[in-house]
Amino acid sequence: MEKAIVSAENVTYTYPAEEGKQNHAALHDVTISVKQGEFVAVLGHNGSGKSTFAKHLNAILLPSGGAVYIDGMDTREEGLLLAIREKCGMVFQNPDNQIVATVVEEDVAFAPENMGVAPEEIRRRVDACLETVGMGEYKRHAPHLLSGGQKQRIAIAGVLAMEPSILVMDEPTAMLDPAGRREVMQTVARLNREKGITVILITHHMDEAAMAGRIIVMHEGEVALEGTPREVFARVEEIRRLSLLPPQTVDLLWHLRAQGFDLPLEALSVEECADVLEAFLKK
Amino acid sequence: MLKDITLGQFFPGSSLLHRLDPRAKLVAVVLFVVSLFISSSFWGYALCFLFLAWCVHISRISPKMILKSLRPLVIILIFTGVLNMLYTPGEAIFHFWIFNITKEGIFNAAFMIFRIVLLIAATSMLTYTTSPIALTDALERLLGPLKKLHVPVHEFAMMMTIALRFIPTLIEETDKIMSAQKARGADFDSGSLIDRAKALVPILVPLFVSAFRRADELATAMECRLYHGGEGRTRLNTLVMAPRDWGALAFMAAFCLLVMNAQRIAAVVL
Repeated sequence: MEKAIVSAENVTYTYPAEEGKQNHAALHDVTISVKQGEFVAVLGHNGSGKSTFAKHLNAILLPSGGAVYIDGMDTREEGLLLAIREKCGMVFQNPDNQIVATVVEEDVAFAPENMGVAPEEIRRRVDACLETVGMGEYKRHAPHLLSGGQKQRIAIAGVLAMEPSILVMDEPTAMLDPAGRREVMQTVARLNREKGITVILITHHMDEAAMAGRIIVMHEGEVALEGTPREVFARVEEIRRLSLLPPQTVDLLWHLRAQGFDLPLEALSVEECADVLEAFLKK
Repeated sequence: MLKDITLGQFFPGSSLLHRLDPRAKLVAVVLFVVSLFISSSFWGYALCFLFLAWCVHISRISPKMILKSLRPLVIILIFTGVLNMLYTPGEAIFHFWIFNITKEGIFNAAFMIFRIVLLIAATSMLTYTTSPIALTDALERLLGPLKKLHVPVHEFAMMMTIALRFIPTLIEETDKIMSAQKARGADFDSGSLIDRAKALVPILVPLFVSAFRRADELATAMECRLYHGGEGRTRLNTLVMAPRDWGALAFMAAFCLLVMNAQRIAAVVL
């Protein structure tokens, strides 16, 4: 088996208690490991601990119990902080609050500038990263005049410029319109496929999670379900119990099954679903 | 509507002035202002005026924009002019109640006004032809030696950059909040001054709350992109002084000397 590039071992995290409130564990004994080149989606409804988990991956938060290792580096070790963050890039929800500069290319250059990379190499990385996210022609633009999806792709390019091997995305499409969501998800899928970057996608969109190779469903700070999209979505009852909705296609088949039709629950895309129904009707 | 404002009134272009190194431009403007204040002769002012007019011409910026930059200062100009006219002793040409208007006073007033107009026009030319980011960069580099005295030059430059970056974002947000308040019946355009000021409170409060939230998120995002202060930082576009930048500086130094001695030269030549 390949070696795990991200490994969280029995991670427990409790937010500092607010006055008058009982502090509860946001993460409880979470053990997750991700291999190099994998595309993992972490699903969960609000408050399931999925964002808290993401913040552990590059030491924004440190575990109260257990440990997180990024490519063998312990996140609790302060001397490794910059090395860990370089290895594991993070993209957040709101693109507006991640962009630092007033010109697109200067923003993408921000991370390599901080790393002290030589100017010619920064230029090469900036051009390459903007090309990768399909924003090459916008490098002299002002970010505030771009659309949400474009801004988020700039933010991704800004993280890619560190040349990380892991990309953690904390609900990167939550503030985008459907077109922007599609742009960003296609970019992410391509990065994983073509550049072999390990992607950990935190989301609550089922259809985004369906693009991943593996899904981890979190509930109340614990890992509730784990498996390939097909395996996870076929467990419709459990998904519903975790206050999530399965993808519409699976949902349709599940309802038909409940009515007594003998249908498999494996259909992640509309086409697959149509095929399943067609095959069933022809029988 | 609010979205279209220009930042620092920069007009992109590709003239010689636009292409000069921002540090060279900044120093050149300082030299120009110095010569303006050293000069005390008609010929000196004439030289300054001609030079500035030439700059405006080659930058292809409409002279109207320069006039526009003077508009907010009209009151100060009038004030300076009147004070100079009234309080310069000398040969009285006009007497009115307790005021004496002297010949010297009129000359002084005209010179003062001309001086301020040229001063504003020159600095406007700097901001019209230099992007705010380039200016910030230039300031950071020029003030670099102060780092040795523990002046946080990099931090100031970073703050400037981020402020410039967030102006449009916050304006957009203000727009949204105002619309939301208007939709619920808020009235910003009528009533006394105090009423209007009060109506702004429900805009400022959410604006501040969101600005703090943004700042927090931005700080995290910057840390995730390895920001750890100015130490060991490199730049994508390093400022390089080209021969033409040195040329421009040498020219400005010569100009400065010329203006200082304009009176003497004129006396010899004429």
